[in-house]
Amino acid sequence: MAKTELSRKTKTEIKASSSLKGTLASVFLLGFFLIITWVGVYLLFISRF
Amino acid sequence: MHMHKFEKAWLIFGIGSLLVFLTVLGVSAFYLGNQPPSCLATIDPEKVDTTVPFNEPGLKKVEGKDWDYELVYVASAFSYSPAEVEVPYGAKVKIIATTKDVVHGFEVAGSNINMMLEPGYISEHVTTFDKTGEYLIVCNEYCGVGHHMMSSKIKVVE
Amino acid sequence: MFNPSAKLKVDPRDAKLAMAHFFVAFTALAIGGLAGLLQTLVRSGKFELPAGIGYYQILTVHGVVLGLVLTTFFIMGFQLAATSKTSGTFTNKQRITGWIGFWLMTAGTVLAAVMILLNEATVLYTFYAPLQAHALYYIGLTLVIVGSWIDGAAIIMKYAEWRRKNPGQPSPLLTFMSLVNTMMWIVATIGVASTVLFQLLPWSLGFVETVNIGVSRTLFWYFGHPLVYFWLLPAYMAWYVVIPKVIGGKIFSDSLARLSFILFLLFSIPVGFHHQLMEPGIDPAWKFLQVILTFLVVIPSLMTAFSLFATFENFGRSKGATGLFGWVKKLPWGDARFVVPFIGMVAFIPAGAGGIVNASHQMNQVVHNTIWVTGHFHLTVATSVVLTFFGVSYWLIPHLTGRTLTKAMNKLGIIQAVIWSIGMTFMSGAMHAVGLLGAPRRSSYSEYGGAPQAAEWIPYQVAQAIGGSILFIGIILMIYIFINLAFFAPKGEQEFPVGEAADEAEKAPMVFENWKLWLGITVVLILFAYTIPFIDLIQNAPPGAKGYKLW
Ligand code: HEM
Ligand SMILES: [Cu+2]
Ligand SMILES: [Cu+2]
Repeated sequence: MAKTELSRKTKTEIKASSSLKGTLASVFLLGFFLIITWVGVYLLFISRF
Repeated sequence: MHMHKFEKAWLIFGIGSLLVFLTVLGVSAFYLGNQPPSCLATIDPEKVDTTVPFNEPGLKKVEGKDWDYELVYVASAFSYSPAEVEVPYGAKVKIIATTKDVVHGFEVAGSNINMMLEPGYISEHVTTFDKTGEYLIVCNEYCGVGHHMMSSKIKVVE
Repeated sequence: MFNPSAKLKVDPRDAKLAMAHFFVAFTALAIGGLAGLLQTLVRSGKFELPAGIGYYQILTVHGVVLGLVLTTFFIMGFQLAATSKTSGTFTNKQRITGWIGFWLMTAGTVLAAVMILLNEATVLYTFYAPLQAHALYYIGLTLVIVGSWIDGAAIIMKYAEWRRKNPGQPSPLLTFMSLVNTMMWIVATIGVASTVLFQLLPWSLGFVETVNIGVSRTLFWYFGHPLVYFWLLPAYMAWYVVIPKVIGGKIFSDSLARLSFILFLLFSIPVGFHHQLMEPGIDPAWKFLQVILTFLVVIPSLMTAFSLFATFENFGRSKGATGLFGWVKKLPWGDARFVVPFIGMVAFIPAGAGGIVNASHQMNQVVHNTIWVTGHFHLTVATSVVLTFFGVSYWLIPHLTGRTLTKAMNKLGIIQAVIWSIGMTFMSGAMHAVGLLGAPRRSSYSEYGGAPQAAEWIPYQVAQAIGGSILFIGIILMIYIFINLAFFAPKGEQEFPVGEAADEAEKAPMVFENWKLWLGITVVLILFAYTIPFIDLIQNAPPGAKGYKLW
């Protein structure tokens, strides 16, 4: 069936070109966003009485 | 079950950041005394008006304590007593508050003074008023139809 | 692993049960959306409610029908459908259990709604004592919860049956996830059920005169935090399992998905103090302990973020994408089933960042009970979760009704989500900003006696009203699409997309199905986090509080 063939092909391609560089970059950008937000509010906290 | 090496790197970074946050918060709370308001004292909510210090709400100079003044508030639907107070600039003040009826909030807008007032409990917060200006106190917990009318004022003056 | 009992389509009898839940859910969306619009208009200061209707009555409607009804009904319907699809059709007994649960929840909803409309229960959806609502309001909410337990029992029974028939096999992923969420819900709702049944109900009926406020609030928040994870986990189900199939990719890792769900079960519950950080009567050391546990529950979300990006990247690269971010272009940007939940995922980035701030012990002083918090959960539940539910509806409703999602509806779905995100950017953005200035939440329009600070807040409130109006257009569109998919879309087959793991050879470890272990650890963690402070609250309790009806 064409469908199974297709999925088999997709699978081998995933193996061949499996790089997660982009994922690593994305999650680190996310991480920096979390840190910036947190530090921002923390600075607000210490600047107030 | 295996984990991709990038995922390991991400989790180490992420968990590491969380640990740093927690350390900063912990040191600030337990060594510098910046704990969130967590007073453990209780009071009979029916007898607030006759219980010291709530029998005399307002600002009072005190001696021999870690703070210079005590600022006492009594909240009830839908007002605070006192309705307005002047605090000298730079004064170290302990705010002591409670409620006579339902749960109210006590928030000095634009500051870190933010606490829940619950019937039967006393809430406290110590701070140094180191910026002059007029500060609005709002009730930030729903307490009934007049909730959004419930406010007070602190003027920090030279 | 091919699962022989999984049928292609959800059985029509199960479909009917799930659809019943969705009808209630989308009715709630319509009513609650209208209330939300009115709130933002009132708060802008340019509009007053007619006929003596109170702001807080409307707000109670909004909180109850959206926070409790829409979510619970949608989630139960979705989990029932997902379990039926992946573990096989319900037996008659299981299905009847589901129907009993549904009708109890519905009866409870109607009862609570009537009390709110009669202005007998203007206590908001959190009903903090000593504001005292009519006893029937508490009974109504109790029925909703008990009904949800019985609904959940159908899922548990199906799971147990599947395991019996497939010894030594890990359960289907969607069933597993539904089960985790159901168990977390049951453990969590014991708290709110206790305060309602043992404290508030006898007190509102006049059997006892006073109520212990500290205990009641602690029991409420023991439930209140897992409540938000109960909303989130079905969205994660769709993100982990459905989205990979929709885009034509693979689940990044079946085992890691299960691991993250187990972590949610363990750490979602013993963290309720992070909603009580500003409260008297609780030692700050115990608060801090629960803050630490709260930070632990961030970890499975960090894992989820990685898995999702990895699913997308693997898929894009399998389609020949190159470069660091080339894979982004390969995603199916024209498919509402993907785009709508994807917007939800994006919203979860600022939502999660705000959540970490909220949970940060003394930093909570900056934001507690300001409208920042409202801005926060309109990103989490009212965007991430709700848009994911909309995205799920676009295939699930037609799947269940034997219809198809047409090109036109698909396009409308994407437009709906774009409108929603624009409206929410205005509303939630303004709420976050003005919350940092100190503007309180749950408050009708007020100039606070002409206070200069309050005057600064008004432009932000106008911005919220603009956002709210745009959002309301989104609500109308969604209701229109729902009615179309339920009644008018062309007959046909709409796929129920269930993803497969990238590495199918890697079987999930059976330890994940060891509920004695996981529930045991859950209970131990709860006891650890709560026993001592809870005993303190009882032993050092002040005189109890009388009830008030201040509306
Ligand atoms: C048309 C879309 C919506 C608008 C315009 C809207 C607007 C608002 C506003 C202005 C408030 C705060 C009122 C106040 O604190 O005084 C609010 C509260 C709330 N909203 Fe929404 N909202 C919308 C959709 C949703 C959705 C979809 C959900 C949940 C799934 C939701 C859940 C809640 C909850 C739980 C509250 C808290 C109620 C309370 O504090 O008692 N909202 N909403
Ligand atoms: Cu209030
Ligand atoms: Cu929480």
